Parts: sequence; structure tokens; C-alpha cells
Amino acid sequence: MPTATQRTSVPVIVDEDKCIADKGCTVCIDVCPLDVLWINPATGKAHMRYDECWYCLPCEADCPTDAVKVEIPYLLR
Amino acid sequence: MNVSNIPVIDTDVLVIGGGTAGPMAAVTAKEQDPSLKVMLLEKANVKRSGAISMGMDGLNNAIVPGHSTPEQYVKEITIANDGIVHQPALMAYAQRSFPMIEKLDSWGVHFQKDETGDYDMKKVHHLGTYVLPMPEGHNVKKILYRRLRRNRVQIENRYQATRLLKDADGRIAGMIGVNTRTAEPIIIRAKAVIMATGAAGRIGLPTSGYLFGTYENPANNGDGHAMAYHVGADLANLECFQINPLLKDYNGPACAYVTGPLGGFTANSQGERFIDCDYWSGQMMLEFFKELEGGNGPVFLKLDHLAEETIQEIETVLHTNERPSRGRFHDGRETDYRQSMVEMHISEVGFCSGHSASGVWVDETGATTVPGLFGAGDMASVAHSYMLGAFVYGQICGESAAAFAKERDLPTLDEAFIAVELERIQAPLNVADGIPPSQMEYKVRRLVNDYLQPPKVTKKMEIGLQRILAVREDLPRLQATDPHELLRALEVHSIIDCAEMAARASLYRTESRWGLYHYRVDCPEQNDADWFCHTRLYKDENGNMAHGKRSVAPYIVELGEEKDAYQKLRVQKAANA
Repeated sequence: MPTATQRTSVPVIVDEDKCIADKGCTVCIDVCPLDVLWINPATGKAHMRYDECWYCLPCEADCPTDAVKVEIPYLLR
Repeated sequence: MNVSNIPVIDTDVLVIGGGTAGPMAAVTAKEQDPSLKVMLLEKANVKRSGAISMGMDGLNNAIVPGHSTPEQYVKEITIANDGIVHQPALMAYAQRSFPMIEKLDSWGVHFQKDETGDYDMKKVHHLGTYVLPMPEGHNVKKILYRRLRRNRVQIENRYQATRLLKDADGRIAGMIGVNTRTAEPIIIRAKAVIMATGAAGRIGLPTSGYLFGTYENPANNGDGHAMAYHVGADLANLECFQINPLLKDYNGPACAYVTGPLGGFTANSQGERFIDCDYWSGQMMLEFFKELEGGNGPVFLKLDHLAEETIQEIETVLHTNERPSRGRFHDGRETDYRQSMVEMHISEVGFCSGHSASGVWVDETGATTVPGLFGAGDMASVAHSYMLGAFVYGQICGESAAAFAKERDLPTLDEAFIAVELERIQAPLNVADGIPPSQMEYKVRRLVNDYLQPPKVTKKMEIGLQRILAVREDLPRLQATDPHELLRALEVHSIIDCAEMAARASLYRTESRWGLYHYRVDCPEQNDADWFCHTRLYKDENGNMAHGKRSVAPYIVELGEEKDAYQKLRVQKAANA
């Protein structure tokens, strides 16, 4: 059965100017209960790779540089 | 030792799940005997996993001397569950409740105290006083993590347990699982295993349609319920669904437990109170449901009559604790507690003893029906456990498992079983042009909503079961393209297991009980003659899902004249009103 790729708007926004994942920080990636944050190989910064968010906020609360912002997922807003 | 070229990790006590009960169980096992090897396995990261990843705003079931007694608590929870409880397990909880509060207090967890230094207890339940606010409860996970490190518990993050292992004598022998980031399998041999895997919170679909917008932390998808079933443990009263009153769409608790003592309440569209008591019970949920669907619906959280400083206090607690994104949800809709009531709705269905009463059967020692396997927290069957129950049964299981482990040698593993399981957990990676996990998950959860959500109708549930079994037939076509999708694919296996259990358990009990939780339209009456019992669901010797009854243990606390109190929750209007 063939598959398609489908775009989706994701709720976790990472400010790439503030994010220090390229310097070895993985705090937001470590604390996410759903493991949806990964390093973007193109930029070396954290990004939301899977649209599976509980809007629970550890990523935002624990980020040492205030780079992470969690919005309410669009379907719930 | 190696099995299928995979090194086997040996431990004395294995704890699966590092949320609330799990860390307490692991720390307790080490406190019992520091020489024991204790391993804590977590699907996410222990630092921020489980139901209380951002803390908790209160204890909902604290039995504090001077405010209530264990006997009063056991009586109230028995009444709130229409009599179907294991009172010895409730009593074990109730007696340890206060010592556990003092232990947590000594660890640095902050509970609200009055000006004299006493715990500042609030009345939310119908009869007794059991709620203790924790306005600064956001740091519970940090405190638990410190205790795990101090007691030298071995922590393994990002591992999903997939099946439990038994030895030839039917005793627990360990588990098999998979790394959620590399898809590498893991085999752990253990003398005793404690499951603390949380609720099955991803069976139903939230009304928003967002798969991860569940009431429960969506990592709690029912893996533990499925594993317990497959290893042959009894599950109890699964038809007693969890259904909670929540903020609509946000799907987090409206927190009447926080707002109630400050003057807030659940209201209908006229702004009128319609239930006497906001404590979550099946009977309360049935009144909630009737109002929601009736002419005075929908239902709201009413705070707009409160003073400014009271509202500020409520905002401070609710927007920093447990589900702190609630504030920005309200901001997005320009909802202000001062100006308007907040729309509420009911949650998707699930299995969760934390708020209702179903789960893997455990007795007052935390033991399941499989020797050496223990269960604590939302996944085990002790009714209305909440966070404090998870801590207490974590402690009980830690003690029981340490004692069990000390009495036995390392078990022998069933290598043939492991080989079959290794094949199952790798299979989705080898499928081409298959079905993505999200699609299959959406389908089965949508079926649960359509056919199993109360009010339950026999014919609809029969159709639902057939449709769920048809999705199960699709499992060989389930495809994962990376380790993360494999995690989701294996969760889909558990979700299908739980959906089937929810359907079969609901069909088995041919009466109505627990208010909305098991409201069967075509068997509308409670039938104590045939159904004053726990129901069992288990895997029989032929591998089929089977049912049975378990007698309710003789009460140690009689119910007296208050036995019907929870049947009278609707506000009674005076004749001249």
C-alpha cells in the first residue's frame, strides 16, 4: 500500500539563535516524555520532529537559555 | 549469559516505570537491603516522566490524624465504588497514608500548612476531609530523582518493556524490551519485578481528535496492562472505565479540588450548582453527563463570582503546577476566570485506578496473581489511589519485592519464548509499504469512542469488538520506518490489546454499576445478586481472553447508614424553590 507525506503544524518552537544544542546541550531532548525533540542534522539545533506533544512544558521549563516555547497544539486551541 | 546473541542483564529487583510509584518502589527496595541490585527502567526519562512530570497541586486522599481516620476513608471509598473494593488493600493504604506524607515532607515536598503548622486539610469528598493542597508541588520529580541517585538505583532511560518473562514454575523471571532510540532489544533477568507503568490513557480518542491530547500523559498507553495480561496475570474490573470531568479541548483537569475549597464549583449553563460534591466518582460523572447532554448543558467551571485575590491564588496554583500550559490555553481564547465560566466536557475512556478502580489485580501486599510480579500506581487495581496511593503502593511493592528476591536464585529464562518476542518487536521495521502506527492507532481509538464509550449498548459493543479484532488482523502490515516509529508501533499492539479488553470486560458484566463508568443502557439496574463481585479478565491456557468472578473480601469496615450517600449527589431543590 503506497503512503504519502503530510505536513503538520507543530507546537514546540525552538529559537535557533538561543539554542545551544550544537554545543552539546540535550536538556529538552532528554526531558521530553514523548521523545519528540531531536537534533536537526541540518542546523545542529533542537527541533520538534514528531507531532506528538502533551504540551506538558518540561522542555521549556528546563531549557538553560530560554530557547524553547510550547504553544497549545492547533487542534486544541 | 547470552540469548540470541544478546547479553542478558541480571538484577534482583526490576522496576518498570519511573513516574511516581516506580521511583518510590526502587528507593524502598534499596532501603530494605542496600546490597540488592535494583534497576529502574523508564520509557522516557525519570527526571520528567509519568503523570506528575510537572508536579502535583495537591493530595486528594490524605488521611491526617485529627481530620479523618483510616476507617472513615475505607468506608467512603467503598461507598464511592458501589461496594466493589478490596478493603484490606484500601486499609493498607489508609494506614500508611500519613507516615508517607511525613516521609515526603522530610524529603522536602511542600504541603500547605496553616498558621499553627498543621496540615491545611480541605473537604472535597462527599463525607470526609481528605484534600491537602500543595501549591508548591512542582518539584516532586526532582526530589524523587535525588533519592534515586542517593540510594544508588540503576536507572535505564528510553527503554520500552514489551513482554514479561516467566520461569518453568510460573514465577516471574524478568522482561524483554527495546531501546526507543536505537531499536536495540534488551533482556533483563530479575528475581522480582514491580510494574509501575501508569494508566492505559491512550485507548479512547479525545474529542479534539489530537492523538496526544489525552487526559493522561500519553506515554501511559497501557503497555503494562498488556504485558500483565500476556504473562498470565489477572486484571480486575476493567469495565469500570476512567472518565473524568475536564476543561473542554485542553483536556486537563478543571481542578475542582483546588477551586472547590476556595468557592469555585461545577455549574450548568445557568450558572447553577447541580451536584453536591465535586469529588470524582462514577455517580458524580453520571450526573455530570446528564447535565452535559440535557437542556441546561453544557457544564462549566464557575469562578467568576470570586474575589480578585482568590482568583489570583487559583491562577497561581493552576498555571504553575501539574498542567501549567492551562494558562496559555485560556489566553489563546481570551478566557478570563473573572469574566466568564469555563466550558467543561468529559474525557476519553481509559483504565486508571488512580481515579477509578480498574487495573491489574493486586492484594494488600502489592502482589499480582503471578508470583514475584507486583504492581503499584495507576495500573494496579487499588481504587482511587491518586498520587499518594502510588507512593504508598510503591513502598509496599518495594518491601514485598525485596523480600521475594532474597528468597530465590536467579531464574532460568525461556529462550524459545524470547526468540519469538524478538521477532515480534523487530517485525514492523521489516515491513515495506505498510500502515503507519499513527493511522492504525487513530482507527482503533476512534472505534473505542464510537462503540465502547458509555452509555454502553450491548449490540454496539459487539460490533465494536468485531471491528477492533479486524484492526488486530492488520498488525502484520504495521510498519515502522525508524526506532521512534517502532516505539509507537509497539504501543499500538498494547492499545489494541487494551481496546479488546475494554470491550470484552464491558460485555461480561451484564448490569450497570459505578454510575457512568459502566452504564449499560440495556441492563440499567445494579444487580447485587449476580454481580456483587470483582470481575477477572485473564489469558487462559489456550491463549484466549477469559473471564471470571472474584468474591469481594469480607468488609473490615461496615458501611452503616451512609451506604447510599453517593447515590444522592444531585442537588435537591426545595419544593417551594
